[in-house]
Amino acid sequence: MSCIEQMKYTIHLEKTSFKDAREYIEENSDEVYYVSPGYKIFKDYYIIGIPPVVVGAKGNALIFTYTKPCHGSFVLSIDDEDSVKEINRLRESGEQKEPASLKRSKLSESSKVSPASYQDMWKKEDLES
Amino acid sequence: MTGANLLLMMRCPEVPIQTSIALYLSHKLTKLGFDVTVAGTVAASKLLKVSDSDGYYVKKLVDLDKTIVDIIEKRTDFDICFAFMHNDAGMTYATTVSAISQTKMYSIVFGRNAEALAETIEFDCEKIVAQDVHNPVRLKNKLDKVMEEIMK
Repeated sequence: MSCIEQMKYTIHLEKTSFKDAREYIEENSDEVYYVSPGYKIFKDYYIIGIPPVVVGAKGNALIFTYTKPCHGSFVLSIDDEDSVKEINRLRESGEQKEPASLKRSKLSESSKVSPASYQDMWKKEDLES
Repeated sequence: MTGANLLLMMRCPEVPIQTSIALYLSHKLTKLGFDVTVAGTVAASKLLKVSDSDGYYVKKLVDLDKTIVDIIEKRTDFDICFAFMHNDAGMTYATTVSAISQTKMYSIVFGRNAEALAETIEFDCEKIVAQDVHNPVRLKNKLDKVMEEIMK
């Protein structure tokens, strides 16, 4: 279990493909950064993903993909003092940043979910994956 | 290649043939002289442990996520990796391992959408594809040929 599951996060997309998750972040972030698979954020979460792996910033929130073996990919965001540190680290590290003009078309509304609490999401799954 | 460090990377055990093929491959490759490690999710590992309670077929069983972290942190790596996948998440995990490791990748793609899923693989690997869910024989036969090639 990574630290993410202990943090207070918002789910923006759930049980989708990694490519759709990436596209959602590109479309819904103020800043977009591209990192390598395995890029570490927060205490001990290493991003699982297909290059280019995207991480977004919107205000003080860090938006990122979270892939679970049995449930597909999710888009989560965390907005706290740690997310601010992570965003600053991305800005300072010079990770590749996509110009806003390259953003792709928006995902269909049907593939989006309403933000939900992390406890609602995980308590029923019991992490049996 | 005998003695090479080999990883079998199991995914979600939703599709039945994964467990039997993992047991088969682990045993066969161990007998061929490979140092085999099987990595799995919690559920996949429990299925394997119950099926092979004395550890006859699987000598080393480890946690999948921990293994990936160990590869990223350069605490371990493997010469060869067989990655099971039957959905997008499985392919995403295998792509990650391909990106973080120097390992030679073999993608074992199975389940009802195997052929479509195999088309989405972008990393360099040998694909072993069988559109099967319950009957492991066709996949086993294909893997036998792959093992013959590896041993040449």
